Amino acid sequence: MFTPHTSQDEQQMLQTLGISSLEELLTQIPAALRTKDFNLPSALTEQQLTAYLHELATQNKPLKNFIGAGCYEHFIPAAVPALSGRGEFLTAYTPYQAEASQGTLQTIYEFQSCICALMEMDVATASHYDGATALAEAVLACGRITGRKEILVSALLHPHYKEVLKTYTKHSGLTISEVKATENGTLDVNALQTQISAATACVVLANPNFLGYVEQAEKIEEITHGAGALLTALVNPISLGVLQTPGSYQADFAVAEGQVLGNPMSFGGPGLGILTSKKAYMRQLPGRMVGIAKDHQGRRAFVLTLQAREQHIRREKAASNICSNEAICALNAVIYLTLLGPQGLKEVAELNVERAHQLAEKISQVKGFSVLKKDPFFNEFVVQCPVAAAEVIEKMAERGIAAGYDLGTTCASMKNCLLVCATEMRTEKDLQAYADALGGI
Amino acid sequence: MDEILQHNQLSIEKSHCGRRGVQFEQTQQHASAYLPQSCLRKTAPNLPELSEFDTVRHFTRLSQLNYSLDGQFYPLGSCTMKYNPKAYDVLSVLPQFAQAHPFAPQSALQGTLRALYELQEGLKAITGLAAFTLQPAAGAHGELTGILTVRAYHESRKDFERCEVIVPDTAHGTNPATANMAGYTVVNIKSGPDGCVDLEALQATLSNKTAAVMLTVPNTVGLFEKNIRQIAELVHKAGALLYMDGANFNALIGLAKPADFGVDVMHLNLHKTFAAPHGGGGPGSGPVGAAAHVAKFLPKPFVVKENGVYKLEADRAESIGKMKAFYGNAAVCLRGLCYLKQFDATTLKTIAEKAILNANYVRAKLKGKFNAFFDTNCMHECVLSIDPHAMNGVHTSDVAKRLLDYGFYAPTIYFPLIVPEAMMIEPTETESKEMLDAFVTALEKIYDEIQTNPELVKAAPHTQCVERIDEVSAARQPNLRW
Repeated sequence: MFTPHTSQDEQQMLQTLGISSLEELLTQIPAALRTKDFNLPSALTEQQLTAYLHELATQNKPLKNFIGAGCYEHFIPAAVPALSGRGEFLTAYTPYQAEASQGTLQTIYEFQSCICALMEMDVATASHYDGATALAEAVLACGRITGRKEILVSALLHPHYKEVLKTYTKHSGLTISEVKATENGTLDVNALQTQISAATACVVLANPNFLGYVEQAEKIEEITHGAGALLTALVNPISLGVLQTPGSYQADFAVAEGQVLGNPMSFGGPGLGILTSKKAYMRQLPGRMVGIAKDHQGRRAFVLTLQAREQHIRREKAASNICSNEAICALNAVIYLTLLGPQGLKEVAELNVERAHQLAEKISQVKGFSVLKKDPFFNEFVVQCPVAAAEVIEKMAERGIAAGYDLGTTCASMKNCLLVCATEMRTEKDLQAYADALGGI
Repeated sequence: MDEILQHNQLSIEKSHCGRRGVQFEQTQQHASAYLPQSCLRKTAPNLPELSEFDTVRHFTRLSQLNYSLDGQFYPLGSCTMKYNPKAYDVLSVLPQFAQAHPFAPQSALQGTLRALYELQEGLKAITGLAAFTLQPAAGAHGELTGILTVRAYHESRKDFERCEVIVPDTAHGTNPATANMAGYTVVNIKSGPDGCVDLEALQATLSNKTAAVMLTVPNTVGLFEKNIRQIAELVHKAGALLYMDGANFNALIGLAKPADFGVDVMHLNLHKTFAAPHGGGGPGSGPVGAAAHVAKFLPKPFVVKENGVYKLEADRAESIGKMKAFYGNAAVCLRGLCYLKQFDATTLKTIAEKAILNANYVRAKLKGKFNAFFDTNCMHECVLSIDPHAMNGVHTSDVAKRLLDYGFYAPTIYFPLIVPEAMMIEPTETESKEMLDAFVTALEKIYDEIQTNPELVKAAPHTQCVERIDEVSAARQPNLRW
């Protein structure tokens, strides 16, 4: 498949090479290492492949989704995939030849600009693999900048992010300690005050946190900077349509999972790692960045810049080994933000707040269920169930509903707790159906 | 038209207060009714205000300022810019796949899980390795996964003395950067005069401090490491592991299995060998395979099949842990699966065969004007070298820029580092003889221009939307946002 050579082409090419068979070119591989027995099923035509993938797709059961937990279902305007799916974007390589890649380069510059505006941060990179690896890179940068060795992480950080952070920092000399949460589902600032010290390189704050609640960011910032440590905030970009920004509370690094900005959930990947910082740390950021340059006529042009940080120049002295990133996902995000503008972003964020609060209210009225709502939340909250959350999830699935994330899977003492999310995708009718179904189990 | 409508106007420069491209339904109350004032945003973000039509025009115009594989031949060495079949664009985002939540009940995810499982099995069959993880999001991410896996292997054997990773001087920059990220000291070794690993140099460098040797096969000068079996034996004798960078696996697919070389751990790039598009930089996918003795250290969870049911299994005590949130770039993996399904045991080798044929054809046709640095048959790519003294002061970068004027993207240039003024050409198997002939003709014309009008080449490109860009000007006073 996909090789255009006719037998005549092949003959002529071999003739040019002065050989009589393709096999002569393959003798570079020692005969003993050649394989003849590949255990593969028969090949599919495009038509057969299409039928096969559709068959696989139908084995995914569609459920009305109320799960968030780091991956969210949002409305994606049709213009987003229509534009990013253009072959001119999709099949371009990394824009190393700037003159022939001005389109991709300008979209990255606009992405960086939109992200800085959204987060009120100074500098953004072109993208990272996902929120978790962006966070890990920010933490490693904090270690390099401060020369300190201890990382304090909110206990209310996404469990997968904690695991990735552990994997990434294992051989870096950094140690990671958790700061516990209050029973209201937010960070215990007193505990933070006690734990922080002159050895603390950075404090990792998730805001909203994994349980969906909004943190007292200013208080945490004060404690963090008071100890001379850096503040790294993990935020939900959609929430910034209404919630205070990491820039407003003086975060040194702010990271995010940008999937919510025009990218489908796709089983959690690809995601979009957003990595930003204050200007002072610009040269400590890993990964590609696009800047404005001039061409020989003095006209504005876009190029990959500050490449002296990167692996293809610095090799083992590079800040990170990252090369490929998530360019198309970043393109989706910048198209999404361009379509929404400041007003659309505010509207979608307000819809999330309203739907989640309406759902929380409805669930509170179901006998046996209660909602943790002492501290403010964005589009996600914790429901205390009368039985194990796993059981609720199973029974709700039978009714066509994905009820939420089982908090018992990450914290044994929360086995009756369900993390429930309602975005703008859930109509008021959906919310009522959820509450009715919950009442019926 | 460019004089009237500036070609590279930013979206923010086209913004008009009050314009918008999408509208959401009204809420009953504002956020302030639900949230305390103290946690609310104070000032609106400085995002562009454009209509949907404005937005469509803006990004369509930008796309037209790009070279792309769909439009142009992309002879980028080590990048494997092969055709990306259109069917996969559609099939990888079928609604049931696109809307799958990673934490949905596994009974509702059987389609996605089965697809991932089948891809794992397919990659095992092609490489001969015992296990594959699909978690890494890119090649470099796969390298880090692989080297952390190597480290976990040594540490499980209480072998804590191993602190070095050996990397040949021809390696991609990601290899040494990866070893450093995994906490290892990088030891570079020189290549032999034939472009392959110098066995004596390797032997002299291997010791009980060596954790791994990272080897790209075929290597970045486009040659198969002919002594790979001996290399593996030497590495294993020293108690180290052999890591294979599979960035160039397109030259081997269907011809040989890395497991037979003695490879312990390797990564593949689905966005190279397996036809997923590069997307202007990503997303990719960098699955990592491991031989049986190393498999248990790969990241968790794995997709497993039990009694006909597919599930994620995280119960792996010796795993290095997680490399990213959730389970990998599933949408890219679906593309890889689609590609794999279109080949069988007989046709698989045509990928590598035709890739090798195309590269050698270009090398042979250019001989006499642009010569290969190593004058021998190559694998999937040929590495040429220019001597500026013999070329009227024209450098490789000039030739690269001039190729843009002829409608071709440039080859990879100045890499590998051991080749002076390198120009690395990887046509891939999906280019036709006519396209290769046209490319060769363009290079021949450039060669003639170098003789008659070198300044024309030195000032290239002349036909793009911008002229040659002064890249240094961008780094001096970085402007990275509006």
